[in-house]
Amino acid sequence: MIIEHPLLGPRDSAEFTYMGDARLIDRPDASSETAARDFYEYGYLRENPAGWHDELWFHEAGDRSWLVVTRNTLTHEISKVEMARDVARSRGRSK
Amino acid sequence: MRYSGFKVIKEALTGHKGWKPAWRDPEPQAHYDIIIIGGGGHGLATAYYLAKEYKQKRIAVLEKGWIGGGNVGRNTTIIRSNYLLDGNEPFYEFSLKLWEGLEQDFNYNAMISQRGILNLIHSDAQRDAFVRRGNAMMLNGADAEMLTTEQIKKRYPFLNTEDARFPIKGGLAQHRGGTVRHDAVAWGYARGADSRGVDIIQNCEVTGFRIENGKCLGVETSRGFIGAGKVGCAVAGSSSRLMSKADMRLPMESHVLQAFVSEGLKPVLPGVITFGAGHFYCSQSDKGGLVFGGDLDGYNSYAQRGNLPVVEDVCEGGMAILPAIGRARLLRMWGGIMDMSMDGSPIIDRTHIDGLYFNGGWCYGGFKATPASGFCFAHLLAKDEPHPTATAYRFNRFEKGLMIDEKGMGNQPNLH
Repeated sequence: MIIEHPLLGPRDSAEFTYMGDARLIDRPDASSETAARDFYEYGYLRENPAGWHDELWFHEAGDRSWLVVTRNTLTHEISKVEMARDVARSRGRSK
Repeated sequence: MRYSGFKVIKEALTGHKGWKPAWRDPEPQAHYDIIIIGGGGHGLATAYYLAKEYKQKRIAVLEKGWIGGGNVGRNTTIIRSNYLLDGNEPFYEFSLKLWEGLEQDFNYNAMISQRGILNLIHSDAQRDAFVRRGNAMMLNGADAEMLTTEQIKKRYPFLNTEDARFPIKGGLAQHRGGTVRHDAVAWGYARGADSRGVDIIQNCEVTGFRIENGKCLGVETSRGFIGAGKVGCAVAGSSSRLMSKADMRLPMESHVLQAFVSEGLKPVLPGVITFGAGHFYCSQSDKGGLVFGGDLDGYNSYAQRGNLPVVEDVCEGGMAILPAIGRARLLRMWGGIMDMSMDGSPIIDRTHIDGLYFNGGWCYGGFKATPASGFCFAHLLAKDEPHPTATAYRFNRFEKGLMIDEKGMGNQPNLH
């Protein structure tokens, strides 16, 4: 698979480390009353869809940036690649 | 119809006109006591043991394609019980014991060959770990033996014992491990279940569950609604996809695992070997092909085909430990979808929905577990309590911190 890195252009997926569902960006609030349940769901439960999937790829053998890649798990086709930082900021995260 | 040597000779002399189909092709009935979703190894084994051991009646197996078309037909056929942890080892040893009596039990030639499995050691730390594992196995009634390099050289002369970086320092052998004719496992269980009245319904895809007031009343299928007292799901790589129809999220990711077979060769590998310094395992089929595999591709996939970087990685592992493999041509390669759980261990449990039961999360170790998985799932479905060897395989173990993490990798399904 070739991943179109927003800064570096097309890169071989073998340069990346895969971290799974991009919902891992949305870390639960540890001070919430439901934190134990929230962290269990965050840590262990996954949608695992057959089809389009937003997922985290870490460019470990490259510029060490985190990407959110939208990829089809049925065909391995990639439709969108964003910097994970931009995605996190767009959801209100400060860093 | 029982199969026997006498029957084979009789049929040979009369033009093979007396053989009958090994199972029926029934129309689905309106209601069953128990429906098993998934006509793979685990689903068929479950139906077989439900009918045979637990004397249940009115059972159906629903399969969206043809039986045995998924992972039971795609694996590398290895059986073993060389696990470390308490939650796992008794279960896998139970499975190996069932394998040992399986052909007589279901009257079908599954070509079970206890040719032994050997995990190679390349460092002192690895030796310590494998001695510990061997002791854990023996404590649970399994067999284990530490072999020296000399013993290994004698049995496996083609292994690269003198590699400068990863010399072979010994190995952990389980002589009762081995290989099985994998398709025959599905067919044997199907035939055994069918002859005890189980309806095996192929080309019948489950499209949803009918759930009212927290109770599962049956399944919607491509061939209409079928009512059921209990529904058991055993669909391996499609687990998340199926259970999402009951609004469940599972502690799983689906990943693709590739496997390979070379052209047929003269006998070079008498048993199963696993490389300890990389991910590569290999055995030789009775037809002579070297059957081997390695790591997952590493990303979520339902595609049943992999990509080239892992092919290269697997072949590098093969060249490191078995250099002769470089002269063999690759005959076929394929991929299967693994239901990789968050701790690398399976789940056989009730769901929160009354009458809905789940069996999955087998990662890439499901084949060796087939008999015990079927037996334990049948036990759960029939008695509503877990089988004594499968008490740890619960949904709630992640919430309670009772993970069975054989490899110590944490909640990274692609690393188990």
